Amino acid sequence: MDIIITGLLLGSTYALIALGLNLQYGVARIMNLANGEMLVLGALAAFWIFVADAISPLLTMLIVAPLSFIGNWLIYRFLLRPLVRRAKNQGQLEVDSILATFGMSFAIVGIMVSIHGEYFTYSYLAEPFQILGDTYALNRIVAFCFAVLLGAILFAWLYFTRQGMAIRAVVVNTEASGLVGIDVPRLSALAFAIGGAVTTMGGTLISTFIVLDASVGVVFTMKALIIIIMGGVGDIRGALVAALLLGLVETTVARLIDPGLTLAAAYAMFVIALLVRPEGLFGRKPT
Amino acid sequence: MNFAKIMKTAAMGVTTSVLAASLMTVSAQAADIIKIGAIAPKSGPLGGGALVTQWPNVELWSKQINARGGIDVGGTKMMVEIVEYDDKTNPGEHIKAAQRLAEVDKVDFIVAPYGTGFNLAAAPIYAKYGYPQIAVSAISDKLPELTKRYPNLFFTLGNTSSFSGSVVDILKDMRAAGEIGSRVAMVNVADAFGIELAEAARPRLKEAGFEIVYDKSYPLGTPDLSPIIKGAKESKPDAFIAWSYPPDTFGLTEQAIIQDLNVKMYYTAVATCFPAFGGKFGSKIEGVFGAGGVNQDSPAIQEYFKQHKEITGKDADGWASANTYVSLQVLEQAISGAGTKDRAAVVDYIKNNSFDTIMGPINFENQISNKFWTVGQWQGGKFRGVKSSNMDGAAKIVSKDGWK
Repeated sequence: MDIIITGLLLGSTYALIALGLNLQYGVARIMNLANGEMLVLGALAAFWIFVADAISPLLTMLIVAPLSFIGNWLIYRFLLRPLVRRAKNQGQLEVDSILATFGMSFAIVGIMVSIHGEYFTYSYLAEPFQILGDTYALNRIVAFCFAVLLGAILFAWLYFTRQGMAIRAVVVNTEASGLVGIDVPRLSALAFAIGGAVTTMGGTLISTFIVLDASVGVVFTMKALIIIIMGGVGDIRGALVAALLLGLVETTVARLIDPGLTLAAAYAMFVIALLVRPEGLFGRKPT
Repeated sequence: MNFAKIMKTAAMGVTTSVLAASLMTVSAQAADIIKIGAIAPKSGPLGGGALVTQWPNVELWSKQINARGGIDVGGTKMMVEIVEYDDKTNPGEHIKAAQRLAEVDKVDFIVAPYGTGFNLAAAPIYAKYGYPQIAVSAISDKLPELTKRYPNLFFTLGNTSSFSGSVVDILKDMRAAGEIGSRVAMVNVADAFGIELAEAARPRLKEAGFEIVYDKSYPLGTPDLSPIIKGAKESKPDAFIAWSYPPDTFGLTEQAIIQDLNVKMYYTAVATCFPAFGGKFGSKIEGVFGAGGVNQDSPAIQEYFKQHKEITGKDADGWASANTYVSLQVLEQAISGAGTKDRAAVVDYIKNNSFDTIMGPINFENQISNKFWTVGQWQGGKFRGVKSSNMDGAAKIVSKDGWK
């Protein structure tokens, strides 16, 4: 039981890392390599505001979410939209967007180093919390609740609203959805901006229990990529399931076998997923 | 003379005079300026540590020197000019930057790199140009071989075996005092640093009659360290030792507090001495041991801490900050002692003289200084040195009493 709860808590962290990139890659078709940096920006904001004014990271999240939404919308509109327009096919767009966002990640790291290059350390809700006789960290529980909430909101939006249906149509086929009257550029910008906002909020939450620094973003980008590919590109359900699975597997291995093998287990799982279901858990087979 | 020729002559005239002017300024500057290069990470995995321990000292030292009118080199006061590069925690970048400092910027001296791997990787290039390399953040058991190979390389922070040896000494002391039993839980980060220290500690612990009841490693960057603390707790240890790096030093301690890992002796390695560690955990870490240490009661150290805070706006750490400053003091005194910017003469001076520093007199035997702290402990909100090699002012060890 202890392992399951710890695993779910870690899985929810992974979900926070991957949800935003999934939207950006799945809908807007932008392979955003600056995803990890967006996350660290959220963490930096939380740290900065907490240290200066002792404002709760949960409040900070409400401030950074709209800021990140606007920022990401602008990035898409002015930096990435020209690439989309120029690209002759999906492959070219992927290459271009990888290069552009890779460059952007360096710029963001540089800005963050100039603001605060040391570790972002502070303590928030680092208190024990009992569930069924076992002890867990309260800040992880809080992050878990928010991950569930965010996941649920995104899920409800995508599966129960008209706009969500349009988004899912774009995921399936960008060109065809344009033909049936869906405003693809607008929805792509929206998905990219929401994805960025979700990632930044994730960073704010994660900073309460993981010590980050300005350069650590790339680690999160890699984890997010693994989760998205396992779960299926553009599918929120897949990303959630894959993230929780990864958390459970890593925790089980760490507790029952050896903490040294967690990375090996994660990559083994990734390889198996690629071999057995290369399109991802919920992905569609290419027709 | 046609038009083109006139233009050409005029252009040449302008170029020559500009060149001459710039040559004149260069020679005027070169007379009373010492150019010092500094390469260390500002970004990348080691950036967070270097911005606490290395960079502020370079700033502090150069500003202090210039405030008192420069370094006295054979009767001329020379101001210090720092040329800095970010190596992005990438050895390749570091070596490129070192080459640039030597060939393009033509600096007179270079501050030694940050990190064991970087000091070793860059040693050949510093040796090639003859720069004295007074390494601080570099700990290894191969120091004698390295100094034999590189006559310009100096070490000041100690070796692996003294670090693990001091931790075992503390365990022995505490067991002799009846404060702990013989059950030790030991974990390490799975990279060169953690593995080397764990391997050095294992036989020493067994020899001293300790039982290692939990012995695991974890990958660098593990996001959730609670399984490790839970596993260690289940093994019912009297003491907990982690050969850890900054992010996991914070992560393990946070989990130890949450899981209430009740040990009388708790040790985490790198970054335990950081001001941010004290800032994050406050009074809860009373009695926590960590790598390093400093004599908090020494007036010279107190003055250094005060200046560090005033000039750089940052707090110094409780370990290698002081050593880094000492290495710069050694360089400064060697330059003025040798009375020249000639690097070979300065290297020679470092080898054969004693230096008056904030950590007391320092001298080098076979290019290695044997004065350094190995273990410190948080006591009353300060990180105090408790075990050392040849240092005065060690504080008395206290046993940990819960996480309050």
